[in-house]
Amino acid sequence: MADTAEAQTSELAYGRTEWDDYHHLPTNTGLTNEKVTMWAFLGSDCLLFGALISTYLLCRNRVGPATKGPTAADLFDIPFTSVSSFVLLMSSLTMVLAVTSIQRAEMERCKLWLLTTASLGSIFIAGQVYEFTGFYREGLGYTTNISSSAFYTLTGFHGVHVSLGIVMLVTMWVLVTRGILGPERAETIEIIGLYWHFVDIVWIVIFAVVYLIP
Amino acid sequence: MNTATVSEEEGHEEHHDHGLSDIGYIKVAVLLAILTAVEVATYFFDFGVVEIPSLLILMAVKFQIVVSYFMHLKFDSKVFTYLFLTGLILAMLVFAAMATSMVFWQNPSGCDASAFC
Repeated sequence: MADTAEAQTSELAYGRTEWDDYHHLPTNTGLTNEKVTMWAFLGSDCLLFGALISTYLLCRNRVGPATKGPTAADLFDIPFTSVSSFVLLMSSLTMVLAVTSIQRAEMERCKLWLLTTASLGSIFIAGQVYEFTGFYREGLGYTTNISSSAFYTLTGFHGVHVSLGIVMLVTMWVLVTRGILGPERAETIEIIGLYWHFVDIVWIVIFAVVYLIP
Repeated sequence: MNTATVSEEEGHEEHHDHGLSDIGYIKVAVLLAILTAVEVATYFFDFGVVEIPSLLILMAVKFQIVVSYFMHLKFDSKVFTYLFLTGLILAMLVFAAMATSMVFWQNPSGCDASAFC
């Protein structure tokens, strides 16, 4: 008992605040609330994308009698989208390397991998903007037909998720650079990583179901 | 069993709890890249009747690999797996419900496959 009290006093002496101790209280499950919350969020996000993908699949060839025009599937540039998919897939590797780096207290490497991940995500978003611009020039607007609305809503929501992920990654980079986020809080990077990998797996499904399956 | 042995065993166990080494993750990424290349190959070559099933299987395998290794579900608490699976199964039920309302109800004689194609 005395040892525990001494250890707590020692931890406080090394700069830990009372808020930190409250924040890291052991839970009944032995899991941190932040990580459980992120997984619960990802589970709920499955529902969002499940609904959007279902809507697209059911509307992909329905242009409607009064609203003609091309469908997104008519305009897909598969080689280009394949490169984008590869870029996003590799960003998952750099993300996991950022997590392992901070767990080993290799802060410089962690910063490098975080920036690389954000850059790969930005390349993916730039590719999506380029793709959407091309589609629009070919006459496929958001309201052209029900198929295009479903396509832009699905891929647009995914793009917003990637963009939010980039913002979170850059924020993490700033926090690590300023020394606010250290190895003792590696789980924060891990949680951001979970979100990033989720965005990647959603694209794995979209790429196969929307782009590749004829 | 001496102290050194115990320490080595604990270290080994800890390694497994936290996932793979960097080289291990790179190997997983190479595997994912190969699977993606096979997926893309289905666009350039005619795979006939096995095209759609093989694409769905490849998608499921890639999904499983990323979730298991990059997201650490293979090494982490089962609670996370249950949380994620709940969302995933509900998402599939959403698709089933939408398919029912938009296909079966509009065509009482049965499923109109053309609605999906």
